[in-house]
Amino acid sequence: MDKTQNNKAWFLVLPVLVIVAFSAVIPLMTVVNYSVNDTFGENEFFWNGLGWFEDMIASDRMHSALGRQVLFSAIILAIEVPLGIFIALHMPKKGFWASFCLVLMALPLLIPFNVVGTIWQIFGRVDIGLLGHGLASIGVDYNYTNDALDAWITIIVMDVWHWTSLVALLCYAGLQSIPQAYYQAARIDQASRWSVFRFIELPKMSGVLLIAVLLRFMDSFMIYTEPFVVTGGGPGNSTTFLSIDLVKMAVGQFDLGPAAAFSIMYFLVILLVSWVFYTVMTTLDNAETK
Amino acid sequence: MMRARSSAIVMTVYLLFLLIPIYWLINMSLKTNTEITSTFTLIPATLTFANYVTILTDPSWYMGYVNSLIYVVLNTLISITVALPAAYAFSRYSFMGDKHLFFWLLTNRMSPPAVFALPFFQLYSSVGLFDTHIAVALAHCLFNVPLAVWILEGFMRGVPKEIDETAYIDGYGFGRFFVRIFMPLIASGIGVAAFFCFMFSWVELLLSRTLTSVYAKSIASTMTRTVSASGMDWGVLAAAGVLTIIPGALVIYFVRNYIAKGFALGRV
Repeated sequence: MDKTQNNKAWFLVLPVLVIVAFSAVIPLMTVVNYSVNDTFGENEFFWNGLGWFEDMIASDRMHSALGRQVLFSAIILAIEVPLGIFIALHMPKKGFWASFCLVLMALPLLIPFNVVGTIWQIFGRVDIGLLGHGLASIGVDYNYTNDALDAWITIIVMDVWHWTSLVALLCYAGLQSIPQAYYQAARIDQASRWSVFRFIELPKMSGVLLIAVLLRFMDSFMIYTEPFVVTGGGPGNSTTFLSIDLVKMAVGQFDLGPAAAFSIMYFLVILLVSWVFYTVMTTLDNAETK
Repeated sequence: MMRARSSAIVMTVYLLFLLIPIYWLINMSLKTNTEITSTFTLIPATLTFANYVTILTDPSWYMGYVNSLIYVVLNTLISITVALPAAYAFSRYSFMGDKHLFFWLLTNRMSPPAVFALPFFQLYSSVGLFDTHIAVALAHCLFNVPLAVWILEGFMRGVPKEIDETAYIDGYGFGRFFVRIFMPLIASGIGVAAFFCFMFSWVELLLSRTLTSVYAKSIASTMTRTVSASGMDWGVLAAAGVLTIIPGALVIYFVRNYIAKGFALGRV
């Protein structure tokens, strides 16, 4: 749609601007302020320049948290995106069963994050959980509170449980928008199942798929509550992701300076990735409308 | 025929995978604590609703739900109200800095709440809003307002501009046109946006826990604190979990026909 050029539209955006500025810009400036100052308590601050940033860039703690975070997000995307597409292709197209599946699939998305953690805690514990007990009774040595690998598997399965539906629902919406004529044409051409997927369904899904990858990347990159409830970042530090480490540092130890420097770098990483995604997305949007 | 059957199998397996953990939670919520810790049963041997009674009669529990609902509804109202005109502006006009502004809004959806927890705490304490419902509602605007703008903009794009022009020629002012003609046209979009604001505010824990202590304490933080304080009261914990799922399930039922489009942010 060609838009009218009119700078008065700023007035319409103003309320959003005010409210987001209050809840984003002011706190962010506080963080910036902390990141360049040092304090010995009593609200006295000393200029510390980029000292905290240098410390944090060099610190092993941040490197390992970042490493775990990247690994986690990569695994999550590698499992959830193909699985989501697969599920979407198998969903009923219309009628009662379509609504039935939609409602059940959306259910995990509406459960508070900490309850998701609680569910998996109750489900996975060896003493009372169906999963833990079941695995133990068939002789698998599984205990997510002691074993780092088990903890990782539990958290990954939990995230797949929690969010695959989001990817599936997005792809489903994309699939629904493909006109039947495309499939008929493919049948006349005697296209194989794979080429229908590759040349009709996948291109039509690319837009929503990008949103799905974007949302899943962002949300997995700032995951906090679920691992916090299930493992508390442990055993050891094996499931301490960026957000968990940050909260530990800021609220637990009250190391404001390093935590603030950490926050800003964390934020910049997210900003960079969002920008790449956003650029690709708007380019696609524009290509589609032309 | 083969294909239909394999689809049914895939969906059944997937839905079972989704439902079994929830079934286990419900199962636990209907057991007594002694049964939970001493024996292992697939269905409760002695069916008990005591856990639910505990929650529904103890104010420190049920006020958690009330508080959560208050700030979620407040947040949804604020988000939708401010997002509507902004989304209209983004979908209809190009103005100085619009693309940068839109991207900046989106980055707020993507910024980790952990970064904001501490500054929020200090900001709201300094203006005397700490431990009030409005504080949590405003804090959740951080990610809900951008999301609402994004969704509404997607839906508004689908409404042809000729409608606006015709209405202006017919002598409608902006306000009357917007409320009387435009909003009914995108009613499903508003519903979807409200659903998402509700959802993301309802499921969020970190900010609501940081910003409240007594009077506006959310159910999510009530649950985590009980876990740490009184050992493990698994039955009550499970019952509280089940009760948090119910509002979500109700809301999903009402928006089921729009949910897929909504998750695609109106861009299908």
